Order: sequence, then C-alpha cells, then structure tokens
Amino acid sequence: MDKAVVLRGITKRFPGIVANDRIDLEVEKGEIHAIVGENGAGKSTLMKILAGIYQPDEGEIYIFGKKEKITSPGRAIELKIGMVHQHFMLVDRFTVLENIILGAEKRLGIALDEKKCRKAVEELLSLYNFSLNLDARVEEISVGQAQRVEILKVLYRGADILVLDEPTAVLAPQEVKELFNNLRRLKGEGKTIIFISHKLDEVLEIADRITVLRRGRVEGTVLPSRVTKEDLARMMVGKPVMMKLDKEPVNAGDVLLSIEDLVVKESSGKPIVNGVSLKIRGGEIYGIAGIEGNGQKELAEAIIGLREASSGRITACGRDITGLSIKEIRDLGVAFIPEDRHRQGLVLPMKVWENMMLGYHTKKEFLKGKSLNLKAIRRFTKNKVEEYGVRLSSIEQPIEGLSGGNQQKVILGRELSREPKVIVASQPTRGLDVGAAEFVHRELLKMRKKGRAILLISADLEEVLSIADRVGVMYNGKITAEFRPEEVTPEDIGVYMLGGDVKAGEGK
Amino acid sequence: MFFGELLASSLRMAVPILLTALGAVFTERAGVVNIGLEGMMIVGSFWGALGAYYYGPYFGLLLAMAAGMFMALIHAINTVTFRVDQVVSGVAINILAYGSTRFLSLAIFNMATTSPHVSGLPKINIPVLSGIEFLKPLVTDVSPVIILALVLVPISSFVINRTVFGLRLRSVGENPLAADTLGINVFKMKYAGVLLSGILSGLSGAYLALEHTGMYVEGMTQGEGFIALAAMIFGNWEPKGALWASLLFGFSEALSFRVVEGGVVPYQFIKMIPYVLTLLVLTGVVKKSTGPAASGVPYERGLK
Repeated sequence: MDKAVVLRGITKRFPGIVANDRIDLEVEKGEIHAIVGENGAGKSTLMKILAGIYQPDEGEIYIFGKKEKITSPGRAIELKIGMVHQHFMLVDRFTVLENIILGAEKRLGIALDEKKCRKAVEELLSLYNFSLNLDARVEEISVGQAQRVEILKVLYRGADILVLDEPTAVLAPQEVKELFNNLRRLKGEGKTIIFISHKLDEVLEIADRITVLRRGRVEGTVLPSRVTKEDLARMMVGKPVMMKLDKEPVNAGDVLLSIEDLVVKESSGKPIVNGVSLKIRGGEIYGIAGIEGNGQKELAEAIIGLREASSGRITACGRDITGLSIKEIRDLGVAFIPEDRHRQGLVLPMKVWENMMLGYHTKKEFLKGKSLNLKAIRRFTKNKVEEYGVRLSSIEQPIEGLSGGNQQKVILGRELSREPKVIVASQPTRGLDVGAAEFVHRELLKMRKKGRAILLISADLEEVLSIADRVGVMYNGKITAEFRPEEVTPEDIGVYMLGGDVKAGEGK
Repeated sequence: MFFGELLASSLRMAVPILLTALGAVFTERAGVVNIGLEGMMIVGSFWGALGAYYYGPYFGLLLAMAAGMFMALIHAINTVTFRVDQVVSGVAINILAYGSTRFLSLAIFNMATTSPHVSGLPKINIPVLSGIEFLKPLVTDVSPVIILALVLVPISSFVINRTVFGLRLRSVGENPLAADTLGINVFKMKYAGVLLSGILSGLSGAYLALEHTGMYVEGMTQGEGFIALAAMIFGNWEPKGALWASLLFGFSEALSFRVVEGGVVPYQFIKMIPYVLTLLVLTGVVKKSTGPAASGVPYERGLK
C-alpha cells in the first residue's frame, strides 16, 4: 500500500539558520506517527511545509504515493491534509458551526445553506462521537472544546491526514485523555495522524512510531515499545538529560507576599480574579496551576501593579502595595517575569543593553548627570550576559535576534540582579527548549535558597509539581484547591483544573 | 405638516450618511479601516456632476461609483498589498480627492469650486401613500437614490450575515490568519470590502451633487464621510444599525435648520447632538459596541 506521506530531503532555510536539513520521513497510512524534538528542532517548520504555509527550498513530497507540491493551505486541503494548529486558528466571535464550515460552505445560490452545513457537521459529530454545542460562540467554550472544533474543521474538509501541532500543550490531563480517545477513534476510521510534541510520556502512550528531530535533522525513527523516555530525551537533546532537579529543603522565612481576598475585574465588569488569598514565605515557591484564562495572568498583573485591584489587599515585604505604581512596587523589591516576553518583558527592536536596563534608567549608578552612563550600563550588561550565559554576537544587536531561551536569560538577568525579595514568574519557561527551561528552574531554585518568595504561574503541570513547595489550582478566578506536590498526582490536580469533579466528565 | 416635512428632510439628510456608512460596514468587516470615505464621497460628487453634465444623470451616477471605486482601489493597494498604515492612507486619499477635484473642476468647468447646474434622476411619487396628507412630503418627489439606499440596507444585511461571501468577509476582519489557513483568499476579500465601500461612497457623493443640490460644490460633503464612520460604529458594524444611526444624524441636522428659524436654542447645540452621542458611544457610555477584532491591522503571511 502507498504510504500516506513521504518526505525526501526536505530542506528549508531562514536567514541565519537551516530550520529543516534534508529531512526524510515516511508515515504509513492509518498510523499515529509522532514527531518529537526540542523547540527550534524544526518540527513546526516541517509541519508548516506540509500545510502549505511554507515552501521547502529543496526536497520532494509524496502524498499517497504521488509527488506533489503543496503550494498553499488550500492545496493542502485538496490533498486531504488537515492541520490542527498549536495556536488555535479560530474566529472567536463566530459560532462553532461557522468556524467549522468557514471556507468550505455548502451553498444555496449565493446564500449559505445553514441547514445542510449543520447536518453534515452533526453527522461527523456522531460518527466520531464528539460532543460539541454547534451554536456556542468559540469565545465561550473551553480549550479542550476549541481543539475539538479544530479537529472537526479538518475532518469536515475530508482530511485523511491530520497534523496536530503540540495538541496537548494547553490541555488538562483529563482533556488529554479524551483527545487520545478521539485520536484512536480517528485512527480506527482509517485516518493517518501526525502528532507533534515534546512531551515524551504522551508520545510513548499514543504513537505507533516516533521520529525524533534535532537541530533540523532527523535523529531517527523508533518504535515506542523499544525505547524509554530517557532514550528519547537523549536523542532529542544529544546528550543525557537529568530528568530530576535537586531541590534542597529550605527553611521558610517570614511572609513576604500576602494577598487577601483579591478581586480584579475585566473592563466588562466581570470579575476575572475573584477572591484570591494566599501567603508566600521567604524560601518558598508557590505554584499556581490551572488552564490558561482562569485569572492567572491577571493575578500576576495585579501584584506588579499592571492591573487595578477592585478590592482586596496585596502586601509585599510588609507593606501594603495595593494601588501603588509599578515603579514603587518594583523599588520595594518585587520582580516580574512576564508570560509574554515579546509584549511585556522586552522591547524587541531595541539593543540587548537597552533591554537589560529597562526600568533601571533612573538608578544613580546608570546615570551621569542627566544622561545615561553608557559605560556603566555596558559593563553591567556584559557582566550579566556572562553570568547567565546569554549567547549573542554583541550586546549592540537588537534583542529580537536572540533565541527565546537567550531572551529569557536577559529578562532573568535584569529582574533578578536587583536582589528582589518577591518574584512573580508567569509562564517563565514557555517556548523554551529543555536546556533553557532547566536553567530557569535552577535560577528560581537558587532564589528560593536565598530566601526569596516566589510565585510561579505555569500551565505546565509537570513544572509546577517539580519545583513548587505548594501548589494552588486556579479555576474561574479562584484558588479552588491547594496541595503539597508530593501529595498529589497530575490527574488529581487535573480534576480541579477543570472545575472540580462536577465538570471533569464534561464532554464524555 | 411640519412634522412630515421634518421627517422627509431628515431622510434626505440621512441618505448620503447611510450610503457611506453601509460602505464603511463592508470595509471594516473585512478588517480595513477606511477614513478615506470622505474623499471618495468628494470624487463621487464631482465625477457625478461631470458625468451628469455631459451624458445625463444615470451616467453621472455610474461615473461617480467608478471614481469612488478607483479611489478605493488606491486605498486597497496601499493598505492590503503594501500594508501601509490604514489611517495614513485614508488621509492621503482625502487630500488627493480634494486636490484632484479642484484641479479638474478648474480645468473642465473653468470654475474652481462649483460645476454648472446639473439635473438629477426623475423624481418618483409613491402611489397610494401619496394620497395620505400627513405622509405627503415623505412620499412625493422622492429621489430614486433614496429608495435605492433604503433597499440596500436589508440587502447588505443579507449579504454580510447570510451569504458565503459575507461569512468569509467577516472571518477576514476577525481573524485573517485563520481564514487564510482555511484556503480563503484574504487579500481578495479585503479588496472586495474596500472596493464596495468606494462604490457606495461614490454613489453617496453623486446623490449630494445630483439629487440634493443640483450641482457640484467644493466642500459639499461637509465631513459626512466621517460622520458615516461614526454612524457605522454607532450602528455596531451592522447595516441595520447604520440605518438607524444615519436617520438620527439626519434628523438632528434637519432639526437644526428648523431651530434656526425658531431661535430658542442656538442651532449649534442641536447640531452637536449626533457628535456628542458618537463620543458617548465610543467611550461605551450609551451602549457597548465592539468592532471586528482584526480591524485596522494589516495582514501579512508568515507572521506569528
């Protein structure tokens, strides 16, 4: 039988890097084929080539035995390749039904034949046993449901090859289980699934075969029954990886950050943080787990002063900081590692040294009279670059040219160099590869040892459980449960991430 | 009788705002902000008068729509193909419209600021209704363009909300990347939205020249292109909403003329009402309105 997808010598270059270097890949019909690799290994580039978003510079693509050129997303759909993107490509204000049919509508003259569309989608729902409310607006549904919409979108277009890009990154453990059930059902119906991930446990669970990419090259294709997680990690990174961090016991000190009954409202007046109370002592990492969008981001922003608290009190280092300006809060010793470093942490077109001193431009040691003391700033930047091992060609280069991991190191260097007492770290390892994430974890643990109070907000449950001393689960603006990490399994936490037992079975 | 006349005059004042506001709905739902609508109305009024002067009113209307579309094409090339800032391009369109009409007016009519008198379309008396005394001002001697504008409201609404074209147009204004990955031609949809706005604004300008005034006069659009934008926002980016908003604006304009005669309240205050209302709407005081999510953002492939 013809193979579903065959890639031969696919090469894609971007200015400065070779994202895909002579990739060979064979995907059998009706299998779940996982592609794993670190961030930057070239997984997403490869998938975008399959989806028709990028064109390869060299190489050949065979789909079901025929040589093809995938010149556009439209062409990919014609070839029955459906892409389920990591960042959902949904129109928030459209209904589920509208999102599914968009671009492949059934017509009645020029008008939309809504009845016929609805019928077709309902047939798909029952065939694959998916549950979805077709009339709900996408902005109202859960992440797991939105992902089902994405999958239905490609099924509706008759896709036989489904490409899922990091599909579990945003899901709670229970939702992952449901996704896997759905994928197995799709496989049962003869669909071919390409599953991209860097979560090794999941890949070992779901895949029939696994291809490992490293630095744009194929490192090998293996059977999950023949390899261990450690083997895969070694193939991905190219050297043995320590899977465990050593976390020394630290005696907790005074309470450095205390939040009482904090309420933060959205512009519409709806409370997004709804009565959060917590205390963090020096030498303690308090992890907040939860599906994104449950108020974590707003909680962090309220602490640092980016958002106004509509009621409640935030105390840091013994002072009430509610309502203080960001500058005052920072000067008191609160550091902030924002979740979106491109929007909040850095000014991308500005130079590395300029970014390194953002927020410190009024500090005496960086001033000479009224103007900046460039010499002192450059010296400071060079020291930090060395200390944190930032890889760059020059501190004069714009920071957008640095990799995500190196950008994050600059932020860490800046935020932690002022010896803060309280550190608010929001998704600090998002988008970082294993090595860089490990570095961030070690830095946070170093700060813990120094007696700082750390609030760690993360969608990565594994991360929270491995480095936090206490874990709170945030759901719907509230902390609904609190655990010590050694007392719980990810599944236990997952129940609360989905809103408690009641909703855990939602959507079957 | 006074009331009937006031309504009729409101409607006449509302029509150019309505036509342009409908155009604004199309371009904004496709995600392109078009503040060049004023300029497109200006060229519409000039070319409409020019066409009507030489070849009669029908040709005038067609020429006006073509001229509006041409200006819209420039805006689309600027903002969609070359991703120029949409506001900057809109301002440039307005300046170009003003300058070009003045130049051409001098060259063709030998007058910088007006055209000779031109005649409009034959007026219509609506049968049956014109028998009712109260409605008489409203239904006799009606410009066919007024009827066309009113008919265009449900048509636009249908096109935007119930057709395949409309669904795709809206998707492009909300999330162009999502639309692109579904094989929808984002650029084509955006061009369509912008061009439609140009055609409707051109028609609106022609209405002013041919139907309302009977000649082209420099500055006759009086910022109505901008008011139309406000009407579109006020109407929550929906054709039907734009209709009510345009009528409100038309009403306050019509009222201000009559209050001048009465002289109790300075007419400037009456004239302020729509603008104050618009400001209140924009600040969310009167009601909450939200535009298309990706409006004003140029779309570029291959960006995250």
